[in-house]
Amino acid sequence: MQGNLLSIITFLPLIAAVILALFLRGDDAAAQKNAKWLALTATSTTFVVSLFMLAGFNPNDTGFQFVEERSWLLGLTYKLGVDGISVLFVMLTTFLMPLVIAACWTVEHRVKDYMIAFLMLETLMLGVFCALDLILFYLFFEGGLIPMFLIIGIWGGRERIYAAFKFFLYTFLGSVLMLVAMIGMFVQAGTTDIPTLLNHQFASETFAVWGFQIIGGVQTLLWLAFFASFAVKMPMWPVHTWLPDAHVQAPTAGSVVLAAILLKMGGYGFLRFSLPMFPVASDIMADFVMWLSAIAIIYTSLVALMQEDMKKLIAYSSVAHMGYVTAGIFAANQQGVDGAIFQMISHGFISGALFLCVGVIYDRMHTREIDAYGGLVNKMPAYAAIFMLFTMANVGLPGTSGFVGEFLTLIGIFQANTWVAMVATAGVILSAGYALWLYRRVVMGDLIKESLRSIKDMTDREKAIFAPLVVMTILLGVYPSLVTDMIGPSVEALLDNYHAGLPAEAGMTQVAHN
Amino acid sequence: MTNADIQTVLPEVLLAAYAMLALMFGVYTTKDKVAPLLVWVTSAVLAVLGLWILTGGGGDVAAFGGMIVNDAFARFAKVVILFSAAAVLLMSEGYMAKRGLLRFEYPLLVALAVVGMMVMVSAGDLMALYMGLELQSLALYVVAALRRDSVKSTEAGLKYFVLGALSSGLLLYGASLVYGFAGTTLFTGIIAAVGEGQAPLGLLFGLVFVIAGMAFKVSAAPFHMWTPDVYEGSPTPVTAFFATAPKMAAMGLFARVVHDAFGGVVGDWQQIVAFLAVASMFLGGIAAIGQRNIKRLMAYSSISHMGFALMGLAAGTAFGVQAMLVYMAIYVTMNIGVFAFILAMERDGAPVVRIDELGGYSKREPLRALAMLVLLFSLAGVPPLVGFFGKFYVLRAAMDAGMTWLAIAAVIAAVINAFYYLRIVFLMYFGEDAEAMDSGISPVLWGFLMASAAIMVVGIINLFGVEAIAATAAAALVN
Repeated sequence: MQGNLLSIITFLPLIAAVILALFLRGDDAAAQKNAKWLALTATSTTFVVSLFMLAGFNPNDTGFQFVEERSWLLGLTYKLGVDGISVLFVMLTTFLMPLVIAACWTVEHRVKDYMIAFLMLETLMLGVFCALDLILFYLFFEGGLIPMFLIIGIWGGRERIYAAFKFFLYTFLGSVLMLVAMIGMFVQAGTTDIPTLLNHQFASETFAVWGFQIIGGVQTLLWLAFFASFAVKMPMWPVHTWLPDAHVQAPTAGSVVLAAILLKMGGYGFLRFSLPMFPVASDIMADFVMWLSAIAIIYTSLVALMQEDMKKLIAYSSVAHMGYVTAGIFAANQQGVDGAIFQMISHGFISGALFLCVGVIYDRMHTREIDAYGGLVNKMPAYAAIFMLFTMANVGLPGTSGFVGEFLTLIGIFQANTWVAMVATAGVILSAGYALWLYRRVVMGDLIKESLRSIKDMTDREKAIFAPLVVMTILLGVYPSLVTDMIGPSVEALLDNYHAGLPAEAGMTQVAHN
Repeated sequence: MTNADIQTVLPEVLLAAYAMLALMFGVYTTKDKVAPLLVWVTSAVLAVLGLWILTGGGGDVAAFGGMIVNDAFARFAKVVILFSAAAVLLMSEGYMAKRGLLRFEYPLLVALAVVGMMVMVSAGDLMALYMGLELQSLALYVVAALRRDSVKSTEAGLKYFVLGALSSGLLLYGASLVYGFAGTTLFTGIIAAVGEGQAPLGLLFGLVFVIAGMAFKVSAAPFHMWTPDVYEGSPTPVTAFFATAPKMAAMGLFARVVHDAFGGVVGDWQQIVAFLAVASMFLGGIAAIGQRNIKRLMAYSSISHMGFALMGLAAGTAFGVQAMLVYMAIYVTMNIGVFAFILAMERDGAPVVRIDELGGYSKREPLRALAMLVLLFSLAGVPPLVGFFGKFYVLRAAMDAGMTWLAIAAVIAAVINAFYYLRIVFLMYFGEDAEAMDSGISPVLWGFLMASAAIMVVGIINLFGVEAIAATAAAALVN
């Protein structure tokens, strides 16, 4: 079992999806129930199996663990493995998926297809975090587009078709350039094995193309191609515009997966590829990325303030929070990168929970307009409390995981670029602005809307979905070493590798910063 | 003419002899009554020949003084041609019979076209090349116009004939120039006359005309104009045939000429092929967006796919040829599945070709819609389906040859192409409900649709070993 534990984790949901597709007949209530239970069982089992992986994982070993390798087409390999950077993303995915499935218990439209789409999506997401072969990674990375396209398109809101197309074509365009870069790396290095590529030095001599001096040479070009893909996925300003559309139109569970897991692929990609494989280019581009992130934090926070649709507001807030992640990663120091990973994990719980919060009232009132609500606290005290907690976590209140992530990244950013840190910190204030204002308009005040008179508080099922998220948000808030101990050694190794890859002078200044 | 020469071309001879025997049989029996039987027998003969060639092996043999070459490359192309022709024949039976189009000549013309294609891909001489090409083309002109009482079908046949004749003329003119400057029509002689590095101007001139003629046959832009009209006008099974076997044959011929006859001057033709590739990918992708007729849409789709296959060829390396062969094998498999789906699109027994009619299809026929979804995403080259690997191979070939610009252009074209495939998915899965189509589907069509879709999913494990066979084939062609 140890030998192919990762394959088991990755493909368990897919097997369940195939069983659903082939053996479950009919669309009556009983079949729907079976589909839901099978999906829930499969995702929960995956979570349990992934706990074995977590238990067997040795954080002090900075290499890849649970590696399995088989040869494949064209000199490619089927190679899986996890290290300190990816292991927690795998856990995040397996942890959230049962909750996602439970959250779509009320879906009644084409339940079987819905469950199949989510199970396939889980396999593809897990594959992204486990893959140790460039092309295998690309396969999983892009494959996720198909189920997501269907999820938005079939079960989404009114403008779902526009959103689905925008989502697909935007991310597809971003990724195909990365594919060209990957093939370029394959041609240059002669392998697609990620651990080997991590130690491969790509040429960084400046050369000219049509009169343009390309500083950093091949590395910069490759870096830009990867950036095109990850920046869209992340998403970074100014290529974030697909996200609010996709979120608003996606069903609740789709939004949760999108915000909590899919967005993390961009950040994971930066950590796995951009930083260690193209250190020279990353160093050249670091300021550029940090300023983009700073703009993203301020700009999208301001946009979030003006939103009238709850999901759109949270979507913009996600873009802002991802700004901290990118800035933290390209600060390229221990605090920055630790903080970025922590922020991604914690944002997975918080944004997921916030979208679920919207889902709870959307299920009751079928509208996401902020103006349609007000004074919910009078009728839904439990809901108000839970929403409160996650709003505070989103703002970054100490004691919640949101604080740790923001704090660590800001320390990291401060060491690398003080001005960006200053701007980014201002973003924290804005985030308090939009989050608290949203909370006030939806939950506080008197219940004056006629339509809300008969609204019911959360059911036990809904409370049960939120419980694990509440626990994790607070646990990571008061005991962050749970995460940092896991990732610390690997991040350190990554940064050593990074600084070793820089030319001597540049490396020196970076070390001095630390 | 020795015994060994006949041995080399035995499959072609057998197939030609079979076609003539069957013709006599058809003429002297009850004519069209035996057509279904002939379809099945022809298809079986094609499949058996395909299996024979596939398992037969054999080395690199030249027959008739080098006029005909039987090497691994020719065998690969022949197997694809034979199997796809057999599959399309089987798929056509029901459709043709229902519309009174099932004349006994139909399977025979297909068999003769296949003989022509087999000669094309193993041509070692300009004469053999032209002979194969014309045998193929003449048979195809006739099947395009098979529905005599339909204006569109007649128009398709006529258009195909006139433009085909023009392209044959171009090719012949080029061939005569090549002959004039090289002093021989044998590829082995031409390659010696061409030399290495830079071709003499006269030969280069000839080469350009020959390439133009071949580009017409593979329907690469800017020689694609006939494709949409012919695809639309021909009966759907004939369209399916056009989209599969002749494409493989023409690509095989293309590779054969540029490598066997002009292999020494890769730099001279590489740019032309690269231009054809880019033009086809973009033109196919952009023009397909406006199409509402699924047959026209598939015509533009095939133009753009030919662009991708040509990209492999443009690399000018053995790996490029391998990539092209893998791409073509995948392309043909996908198209068989897609046309099986299109052939089953009927309402009250009449064929439906507008894509809007697919609205809400997935609710009524979930399994067929799912298979089509897989095929469409595979056509678009979205991982993890097999279609992605086809694109991956040709991209890798272009990058290997240092043509990064071509690879970048190709991926951008791939995104444009994804749009219209997505629209069909969108219509089937979340479009407005259209009037229901007939739910029946013949077991043959169902089988091909499902098998093709299953191959697109399962194939990612090892592509069924096609990679290695293609590598041997490419090594035989490029030395």
